[in-house]
This record gives sequence, structure tokens and C-alpha cells, in this order.
Amino acid sequence: MSIYLDHAATTPMLPAAIEAYVDAMSVVGNPASIHSQGQNAKRMLEEARETVARSVGCDPIEVVFTGGGTEAINLAIKGLFWARAPRRGILVPGGEHHATMDTVEWLERHDGAEPGWLPLDGTGRVDPARVADALATGTDDVALLSLLAANNEVGTLQPIAEIGELAAAHGIPVHVDAVSAYGQVPIDFRALSGAGRAGSAGGGIVALSVSAHKIGGPVGIGALVLSRRASIVPLIHGGGQQRQVRSGTQDVAAAVAFAAAASALGDLPARNVRLRALRDRLIVGVRSAVPTAVLNGPVPDGSNEQRLPGNAHFTFPGCEGESLLFLLDAAGISVSTGSACQAGIPEPSHVLRAMGRSEAEARSALRITLGRDSTDADVDAFLAALPAAHAQASRAGMNDRVSTR
Amino acid sequence: MSGGVDSAVAAARAVEAGHEVVGVHLALSRMPGTLRTGSRGCCTIEDSMDAQRAANIIGIPYYVWDFSERFKLDVVDDFIAEYAAGRTPNPCMRCNERIKFAALLDKALDLGFDAVCTGHYASIQTDAAGNRELHRASAWAKDQSYVLGVLTAEQLAHSMFPLGETPSKAEVRAEAAERGFSVATKPDSYDICFIPDGDTRGWLAERVPATAGDILDREGNTLGRHEGAAAFTVGQRKGLQIGTPAADGKPRFVLEVRPITNTVVVGPKEALAIGLIAGSKFTWTGLPPEHPGIAFDCDVQIRAHADPVPAVAQVVSIPAPASGAPDNAAPDSGRTTELVITPREPLTGVAPGQTAVLYVGTRVLGQCTIDRTVSAVPVPSAEAVPAAAEPALVAVPAARA
Repeated sequence: MSIYLDHAATTPMLPAAIEAYVDAMSVVGNPASIHSQGQNAKRMLEEARETVARSVGCDPIEVVFTGGGTEAINLAIKGLFWARAPRRGILVPGGEHHATMDTVEWLERHDGAEPGWLPLDGTGRVDPARVADALATGTDDVALLSLLAANNEVGTLQPIAEIGELAAAHGIPVHVDAVSAYGQVPIDFRALSGAGRAGSAGGGIVALSVSAHKIGGPVGIGALVLSRRASIVPLIHGGGQQRQVRSGTQDVAAAVAFAAAASALGDLPARNVRLRALRDRLIVGVRSAVPTAVLNGPVPDGSNEQRLPGNAHFTFPGCEGESLLFLLDAAGISVSTGSACQAGIPEPSHVLRAMGRSEAEARSALRITLGRDSTDADVDAFLAALPAAHAQASRAGMNDRVSTR
Repeated sequence: MSGGVDSAVAAARAVEAGHEVVGVHLALSRMPGTLRTGSRGCCTIEDSMDAQRAANIIGIPYYVWDFSERFKLDVVDDFIAEYAAGRTPNPCMRCNERIKFAALLDKALDLGFDAVCTGHYASIQTDAAGNRELHRASAWAKDQSYVLGVLTAEQLAHSMFPLGETPSKAEVRAEAAERGFSVATKPDSYDICFIPDGDTRGWLAERVPATAGDILDREGNTLGRHEGAAAFTVGQRKGLQIGTPAADGKPRFVLEVRPITNTVVVGPKEALAIGLIAGSKFTWTGLPPEHPGIAFDCDVQIRAHADPVPAVAQVVSIPAPASGAPDNAAPDSGRTTELVITPREPLTGVAPGQTAVLYVGTRVLGQCTIDRTVSAVPVPSAEAVPAAAEPALVAVPAARA
């Protein structure tokens, strides 16, 4: 028996996506070739692009397929930064995904970037007022602003539309990392980017990253949604495919499988009613089983919810998240500490640290994320295994890193 | 599972013996100069991947446990502090004592495991009364019981060494190849794992500040100057740079390093012969001797690959030092105990900080960290400072709580 409750890491590929993938792999043809078989491949690719574009509310020409979310984020941040030279400032909240943090820090070390880290509040939210404060101190040297649509660890939805407007007013381009939000909450790039907004030039939300495997598509393909009005320097040079932004023979089969998953998203608000109810039952169950457990991120309130529908994230004071993960795994339940892993070791959550929590709290976290296949039985199995795992992990405690001799 | 061949075969044998086995790789080092705290060197990642592949083939779960902070405090910092105090530490023993059979074992027991199983070449046997004993591996050439001498009865009760009865390393490699482990031909590790290029002297020189001081002879006469006492090792001959030759024209060797006065004592080769070693930090591996206060026969081994030498050992009562109470000090008694070992033939290559492991036949009896040594050759002059007058019993700023 194996219960999978780590859908934020990756979620099972949809049967329809697998079928579309396999079928498309047997079709020969480079979409850049001029002959009929090339044109057929090109047709499949562009149909896929249209489907993906519909799923995020953009025009097909704005979809740049990449090798995944991380590449899309690198392309957006480095590409916008280089295109906006000699400006050096990058406004970015603490607690971003490592794809963003490490890219910004790399630019800082190697390319003279000057990060301006924006604070998170206690729920992991970026306060637009603090963004306004940062913008008020002068924006001549700011190259871009990048932020998550939803935090991948604690599930906090960010006020991206509001922050996008603020940046647009200063002509600053914004990249939104929507990898964890995609397929969870509706995304309307057209509305976010203020298409047709007068005087926004290259400012406001101009780029948005998504990944296929978070929605039931394959690993290895993602997309950067890139507004027509954005100018960007490519990371990868070569045959000039995809508006010269991302060279390389395009992966038709992966794009088709991505599109199959995107077209199966359906009516997210309707789907989320079930997911939220399941998630809320899980939260109640955890609190009842372990009264000391602390829910991190916004409290679900049913109406104007500020949290991803499938996300529950707790700290268990006095326990290593890693110990809980191990013990639950031994009981056949897959969850995550939520934080980044380096060589198989979970690091203390930099998200919780950015939310003002202690190092100990940042090591005591456990993320449970539900997906479209999750059932009441899955939640029951988790809640049944938790008390024993928690008792044992409490015994092991937090003393790993403190010499006892 | 270190990523080497021994621990991979040990894990496979434990599975076949019917145990429920989980592979655990210890993350022990953090490389400086990387962006993210917790980033580790590529060699460690490669080892971790090798260990995981072996676990995959055996069909056991695999996890990485991060003990890098404890390793830094208990092993790396201890190594530096011991060296700075003029002693010659053995970090592998420290790691066994404080990490593998302490931090790892404690965590494992807390999480519901029964024992730590490693690829050490040593053998655990049970006596008639059911007491566990640690013995040498059946293949003496690969025997690693020396580095396990620090284990106490409690630790021994939760340890497993499935390779102890294997005739040779070649056999373990052949078995690994048969099992399909990619690490079957991986070279053995030799050097200290946290000193990547094997340049221990250079590594230490970067971490221990050096102050110039005097080089003395055994009578206390100043013969020359040195650039830092800690850079010298007992038995060292080269690099002394003493201008005037010895009266008898024979080469001079480092006999002693005295960190408190920052002096190095040199003398003739004969004076390196040690007639007595003693230390107040000692443990028994399993049952202690029945009457440790009465001199008993044993063999003493002072390095991992040294030969054992017949000796007489005895626990004696000594005044407790003013500070830095050693392990065996009784509270408020003003006295402590010391294990005194007298080899039947003088030993060479002995320095404070090293570990003396006592054997009775193949059985490991116990061990002590050497605090002081007494030369088998008396100092010629009556006013001379005895070799043991300044034992390295100072409290060291080591990371011991």
C-alpha cells in the first residue's frame, strides 16, 4: 500500500496525456522541416501551443516551450535582466523557489545584479504596500521584479495582479513564477498583463512560468508565457526557433502531452470545491491528532481563500520534519518537508525563515499536498499513521545537530 | 552506507540474514564557497549516489541523514584543537565514537531501529555468559577492530559487522561484483575524509595559527627556533633546521611538542623509545577486567596498522587536574583514575593524542587516549625536565559540552 500525498512535487501523469504522448512519439517530422511530414509535426505542435495558451489565457505566440519550469524561470529572470541592462536591481521576495533565488544570487555574483529582497508577512504573503515602498525609493535602476503566484511550500497565494499594477506604473517588467499555482487556481495572463493597457510599454506582468508535470503532463517540458511587448535576451542560441527566444528542435510529443493535460484542467473553481473540503478535513484531523501542530500559511476561510486548494503545511514543534517524513514513508505514506533538498537532505525551510520563524521551526515542517486523485481514504490513512510517527519523531527530537558528549 | 564496497556488501548480507534493513548515508561535510548552505562537494554527492544505487540493487529504502554540524563540532573541530594542543588525534576513531555509534545510533534507536550495521572488518562474539565481545576480524590484514576500540558495551550491543568473518577484501569485491554493485572496483578510501587532497599538514596549517618558539634539547638548552610548535610530529626528523649539529654528530628527532610553552623538544633516536604510556580518558569494550587496579597482561596497539605489543596495564588513582575533568573523574573527590600501560618492549612512534587499544588475544579489551608518555631512555642530566613533566592535560577549546 502506498499513499501519495506529495502532489506539489509532481502529480501522476493523466492517462490521456500518456496516450497522447505515446501516439505523438510515433509521428516522424521536425516541425522546422519544410516538407509535408515536417508540416504535420508543426501542426501538432501549434495545436498543442494553442491549448496550453488557452489554459493560461494568453495568445499562442506568447507560449515559449522550455525544458521545464526551472528553465522558464531562468529564461525570464536572466533574459529580462540582460535585456534591461545597465539596470541592476532585481526586486524579489524572500521565500521564492530556489529556481528564482539561485538565479538571482548567481546574477548577483557573476553579473553585478543588486537584489532587493522584499519581506514576507507571517502568512508568507508579500504585502503590496511594501512593494510600493520599495518602488517609491527610486526605480531607475530596477531591471525587473519576480515573484511567485503561489508559494510552493506553504501555499500562500500572492496578490500578483495588484503588484503587477504597481510595477506597471513604474514601467518595470514583472515575471510571475506560476509553476505551483498552475492547474490549482485560474490564471488569466491577458488580464494580469493588462494587454492593451495604455502606456505600460514593457512594464507590468510580461512573463509567467508554468510546468507540465505539475498538472498531469510529462516532466521535461514547461513554458514561459512571454508577452509580445517584452524584450528578452535568450539563454540558448541556435536555430532560432520560438521567436529566437528558445532555440532547439521542438519536442512535439512532449508539447502534445502537455496540451492533453492542460485541456483536462476543466473548471478549476468547481474542482477545487472537493479538493478544499478534503484538505480542510485533513487540517482538522492533524490538529486533533497533534494539538501542538501549527498550520503555516493563510488559514482557509472558505470564501476569499488565499491558499492553494490542495496544500496543507504544518510545523510539528520538537520534531524533525525529516524524521516524520521517514517514519511516514516506512508506513507507506509519501509526504514532503516542502523545503529544497540537497543530495537527499531536506534543508531548513527558507520560506519559514523568510516568514520570521526560527531555525528549529524551519526544520520541523511537513507539507501534505493533495491532487485530483486524492481520496478520503488517502487522508484517513495519513491521519491514522500520523500519531505513531509523531510520537516516535518526538522521541528522536531535534538534537541531531547538537553534540551530546 | 558510505558509497564504498564494504558497507554495500554489509547491507546486502544483513538483508540476507533476515533483518529489516534501511540504507543510511551520512552527510558529514560542507564544502565552503558554495552559495547555498548545505551544499556539498561533488565527491560526496557521487558517494551518496553510489550508496543509493547499491541500496536500489539490494532493494532496501535509502535515506541521507545530515550529521555535518555534529561532525564538524565533534570530529573536525576536535581534530584541529587536538593538533593545536600538540597531540596527534585519530579522527576516524572520533567519528566512530561520536557519530557512527553515537549520533547515528541514538537517532536510529529513537526512530525504532535496533542496531547500526557497518562494513567494518571486526567480529562480535558472545561469551558463555551472553556478554558481547569485540574481536579482530578473521583476516588480520584487513582488521579494523582498532578503530572500533572506542565502543562501549552499550554501543556494542547495538552494532553489527557482517564482514568480520570474510577471509579477504578480494572476496568482498568479488561478492559485490556478483551482486551487481557498481562500486565493486571502487578504490578504498585512505585519507582523512574531510581533507580532500590528502594534504593534512597544509590543511591544518591553514587552520591553526603558528607562533615562533624555541627548539630545546632534553636538558632544556635552546638549540634553535621553530615557526610553530603544532607543525611538528613526534618522531619527525626533517625540517628542524637546527644550525649546530648534535655533539655526537647523530641526527636529532622530535621527542615532544609542548603547546603551553610553544616549544619543541628534540633528541637522539633512542629517546623515541617509549617505556610507559598513560591516559585518563579510557573505556572498556564490553566487560571490563575483573580487577583493573591490579596489573594485568594484555597486548597494546597504538596505531590502526601497528603490530600489537605485549604489555602490562593497570588502572591507578591520580590527583584530578584543576580543570577539564577527564571522563573517569569522580565528582568532588579531587582524584581521578588513569590507565597506565607498560609495554614489555619499548614502543616507537607514540605521541599524546593517539589511541592505545588493549587486546587479550583477539579480543578488544578497551582503549585510552594517550595523555602522556615516558621515554625508555633516561634524560642524561639531573636538572633535566622529565619528559612527562608537561603532559598535554590542558583543557582544549574542543567542542565537548
